[in-house]
Amino acid sequence: MNAHAREFNEAARQQTADLGQRDWIQKALAGYYAKRDEFKNRFSNWQGARDTAAAVKWEAVNHLDRYLDEFASRLEARGAKVFWAPGAQEARDYIVGVARQHKVRAIIKSKSMTAEEIHLNDALEQAGFEVVESDLGEYIVQLRQEPPYHLVFPAMHLRRQQISDLFHDRLGSERTNNPEDLTMIARRVMRRKYCEADMGISGANFAIAETGMISITENEGNARLTTSLPKVHVAIVGIEKVLPRLSDLALFLPMLATAGAGQPITCYNTLYGGPRQPGEPDGPGEFHVVLLDNRRTELLADAEQRDALHCIRCGACLNVCPIFKNVGGHSYGTTYQGPIGSVITPHLRGLQDWKHLSQASSLCGACTETCPVKINLHHHLLHNRRNAIHARPARLEKLVQTGFVFMMRRPRLYEWGARVGRILQPLQRLVRGTILDPLRAWTKTRSFPPLAEKSFRELWRERKKP
Amino acid sequence: MTNREIILGRIREALKITAPHPAFHDGPVTAPPLPASPQKWLPPVGGTLEEQIELFRRNAEDLKAGFRECTNVNEAGQYVKTLALAGGWKKIGLHSGDWTDPVARELGLPEVRTDGGYAVNDLESCDAGLTECEALVAQTGSVLVSAPGAGGRALSVLPPHHVVLARRSQMVPDLTAALQRVQEKFKDKFPSFLSFISGPSRTGDIERILVLGAHGPKKLTILLLP
Repeated sequence: MNAHAREFNEAARQQTADLGQRDWIQKALAGYYAKRDEFKNRFSNWQGARDTAAAVKWEAVNHLDRYLDEFASRLEARGAKVFWAPGAQEARDYIVGVARQHKVRAIIKSKSMTAEEIHLNDALEQAGFEVVESDLGEYIVQLRQEPPYHLVFPAMHLRRQQISDLFHDRLGSERTNNPEDLTMIARRVMRRKYCEADMGISGANFAIAETGMISITENEGNARLTTSLPKVHVAIVGIEKVLPRLSDLALFLPMLATAGAGQPITCYNTLYGGPRQPGEPDGPGEFHVVLLDNRRTELLADAEQRDALHCIRCGACLNVCPIFKNVGGHSYGTTYQGPIGSVITPHLRGLQDWKHLSQASSLCGACTETCPVKINLHHHLLHNRRNAIHARPARLEKLVQTGFVFMMRRPRLYEWGARVGRILQPLQRLVRGTILDPLRAWTKTRSFPPLAEKSFRELWRERKKP
Repeated sequence: MTNREIILGRIREALKITAPHPAFHDGPVTAPPLPASPQKWLPPVGGTLEEQIELFRRNAEDLKAGFRECTNVNEAGQYVKTLALAGGWKKIGLHSGDWTDPVARELGLPEVRTDGGYAVNDLESCDAGLTECEALVAQTGSVLVSAPGAGGRALSVLPPHHVVLARRSQMVPDLTAALQRVQEKFKDKFPSFLSFISGPSRTGDIERILVLGAHGPKKLTILLLP
């Protein structure tokens, strides 16, 4: 077992034992389920919408070269600078370079999982730049120096008292248990930062090929301020974010809001198509778009799992996943948690190191059923299991299987084995759970059913006796 | 080789194997054309303007935005004046426009105009931002603003109260129609900024409890003029 798998198992073991925290997460998600269903039901046909969304993303991802080229060319025509980053290092170096070139003093950043993926903040801080997360949830976890707990709800694991204590310790604010007061504390801090920052960094939810624009979805207005006031705006965009047409947003914006947060539409859905244009009163003088590959093309090459690139990062699969609800977001040790993270992390960071996540599933299929773009998530977990074992066969397991097959093909040996088992089982009970127990891996968390006193064949023989 | 060529090369190599289309499980088939509008899947919208205004009103209420129909610009000016008194406004931000100018005259408050650029701290200290818009979307209760049509990027998000002056002809049924409208209006000369605003700024990041006015406006008022 590798280090990542050991860490995952250990963290998961601790989290599942923490019943209070599990209750907390379930409670936080209960409101989401109610709202998500309410707004899904307002759609004339949610399933039809999913089919169409899947078809649009299929079109985009399976003609990615054409759409990306169109997207970049149109952006460049309006004065944006597009940087194509083959890997995380190139993306980080480029963005640090932009910050150096403009001698920026303060950087404000809105939420971006792609930036988390390449550990952009660490790179900027190491280069001597201060970066402040402006999304409230992200700001809270940044102050706590921990990664986001959830793709969409970064601070869902925290209680208001913890946030109050955190703000008291780090910002010197009065303690309060009122979420509104806590939000206003962050608002006041952030207002100063927006006005002072000379560089804004954002992600993007969609990249529109037809018109050369990025689309950013948010509720707080922090991304709008991040991209309005500083003189430089850098947007980091995964290459899979492309949509062919502007009109596709009419479908994707309501679906993202409903699946992701249980909202009919998110508060701000903003399109950015370049730096400040002639005649416009404000906006950054420079607009950089960093298109990140970082092994997405390897996932693209796997036709069987290519649809994993359809993901719009709504987080709906996390919210319904029994594993996520029990082990929590931090146990995964990945940028992308939950079912989608378990599917794509082995592609982005190495199959052998992250194959254990394919087992972190009950294969119940709730993720696949809820996915607004119909990614075949739970089957991809099986594909990853198969691919991992093909690439590196487990010798011990193979030996056990060979022995099993040998025995199953010899009825007399099987019968003899069952008889021995029946004799030995009472002895196993004496050492159950200790290191002497040969079934320890199983009996640690489960009971081992007693073997029947007589096998079917024995009973049959007895009945046939006169 | 440039990075662009490297990445596009990797993509072309990867796409040599086709992936099955989601509508056909038995292997690649020519994909069906994408629908021009997803309207038939989305929440229904009435066909008449009156129905659309009514739907917009309901959606705005759900989003905790104010909505009011005014018979003329004087009435709008009077109404904004009551907002100014109630909110204790001392200074407003605005851009010059057919509707914003007369309403601002009615208010008679110190102004920050964003038209030719502005000082950030000056706009930040305004109590309200007065803008016009590109479209109102009945289906979602959204206001579509653009950089040239709403005084830039910050005017509609920095001051704590955003007041929108719209005309009845700007009401559209859905997002598809709103996007089509800006495509027809701007053609190839797209502005650098377009935003669908749906209610005042909000967050649920603390215990999933809704708080208005996270970073942007705490209040949004939409006035519909003839």
